[in-house]
Amino acid sequence: MIKTLDQIFVLLKEWLVGYLPASWQPVAGVLLSVAAIVCLFPALFALTTVFERKGLGRIQNRLGPNRVGPFGFFQPVADGIKSLTKEDIVPFSADAAVHFLAPVVLVVAVFMGFAVLPMGRNMVLVDMDAGLLFYFAMGASTELSVFMAGWSSRNKYSLLGAMRAVAQMISYEVPLLLSSVTVVMIAGSLSLTKIVEAQSGYSWGLPHWYIFTPWGFAGFLMYAIATTAETNRSPFDLPEGESELVAGYHTEYSGFKFALFFLGEYLAMFSISGLGTTLFLGGWSAPFLFLTWVPSWFWFFSKLMLSIFVFIWMRGTLPRLRQDQLMNFAWKFVLPMCLLNLMVAALWRFLGDGWLRWVICSAILLAAYVGLGLGELRRGKIGPRSYRYAE
Amino acid sequence: MSFVFYVLAALTVAGGLAAMLLKNTVHCALALTVAFAGLALLFLELDAQFAGFAQILVYIGAVAILVVFAILLTRGSETPKDGVFSHTWLAGLAVAAAVFAVLGWAVLQAAPLLPGASPAPVVTVQQIGDALMGRYVLPLEIAGVLLTAAMIGAVIVALHEKEGPK
Repeated sequence: MIKTLDQIFVLLKEWLVGYLPASWQPVAGVLLSVAAIVCLFPALFALTTVFERKGLGRIQNRLGPNRVGPFGFFQPVADGIKSLTKEDIVPFSADAAVHFLAPVVLVVAVFMGFAVLPMGRNMVLVDMDAGLLFYFAMGASTELSVFMAGWSSRNKYSLLGAMRAVAQMISYEVPLLLSSVTVVMIAGSLSLTKIVEAQSGYSWGLPHWYIFTPWGFAGFLMYAIATTAETNRSPFDLPEGESELVAGYHTEYSGFKFALFFLGEYLAMFSISGLGTTLFLGGWSAPFLFLTWVPSWFWFFSKLMLSIFVFIWMRGTLPRLRQDQLMNFAWKFVLPMCLLNLMVAALWRFLGDGWLRWVICSAILLAAYVGLGLGELRRGKIGPRSYRYAE
Repeated sequence: MSFVFYVLAALTVAGGLAAMLLKNTVHCALALTVAFAGLALLFLELDAQFAGFAQILVYIGAVAILVVFAILLTRGSETPKDGVFSHTWLAGLAVAAAVFAVLGWAVLQAAPLLPGASPAPVVTVQQIGDALMGRYVLPLEIAGVLLTAAMIGAVIVALHEKEGPK
């Protein structure tokens, strides 16, 4: 029973495909999995928009959407109908072909990333030997679509937003890759299913997730920072800073094309959270040994939604950075710390089992972070927060 | 030579041609990206996963962005009034045709010398990693040092010079 529930989607697929002639079965199986991904994540996107607006409302001491349906939960349906029926305006001087292609390229590239994510036991579309490499290759292609959108609109705000977005995404891609590389070094594989398997053990009822190791914790922090910047989320949402740039690179988009950008942004958030879950949080494995009877897909999506919740929380809490702060943060703090973490991970790998590596690795990382913090404090760069009010 | 190969080859060649023939410089850069993507897919069609994904990651993710940034930061994407074709296009065509002829001749000459259709070796990404970290670690390190030096040099060139006496 437990096993059936765990594999319910796999069994369902096999049962459906079983009705077809044998020669069609592989193709039909893949198509079915693709259809599941293409339906599931936009549905999750619709849900997340409500949760985000409700959560932000809560944080900002207001109600949030509450008119459409019970507690405003049908708001995304209304929004979807609105964006489908809205007039699609293309600026007169815009480059029509590129303007049209940009959202399409973005959504396609983002959807490709889901192909290698293991969403449960035996639930991965393509179990690729170089899965992580594939994921990052697809992630890198989204940058070009952002540029296409900004450039083809022939609008200075769009272009500025696109330039900011591309510069930011390239800068933070370096720490993103470097923090993921530590996991590859320890797991010894680029295949995401193998990485999940490497974290699937338990000792004293607690899981062997990489986040519970010194290098994994530091790496996860850096990964979280880099993903927030990579998905242009607050506090790194300069590319679409409303007070400066109207809406950034999608200023000149309306109707369903705008909805596609919105969708692409959230899908990127889902897939990069899913990758973080896979790399550091043990993928679909349960957090305690006595909870392993709960289906694996439940854990994957719980961890995914938890990451999304943290994204929303940060958006409601932190103010936006300035452009120079953003770049300094990437190159002068995140990148050196990622490089240090790389060294620590190598040390962890070659010190072998035992308590010694825990002590040494923790000591190095703690010394680096605490030393940096104390040094900055002493230099007077970081002090108590000061507030200034208009008088 | 499968059907997929012909489709990908057509895509790559079309991208390359469009990169040459289009009038708008940014369009040319985007067409070049299509050619890069076609090449990456050709690598993947040959079961060379590492080369294919590295091609996408480096060329589409970085080089294409660099190209469009360079175009936007220098002279803009306006099309010059007197067309984009050089006056010496005939000579250029001749040189290109000569290079193509030499390459084609070399390939055609080499084909009979190769042993008959041997099965393609299966190379996993892990093997490539082992080779890079083992046998070819010195070239890798030298390339890394070279790139770092180039980057530092670029930063120094771009740095503002400090005002006042030294």
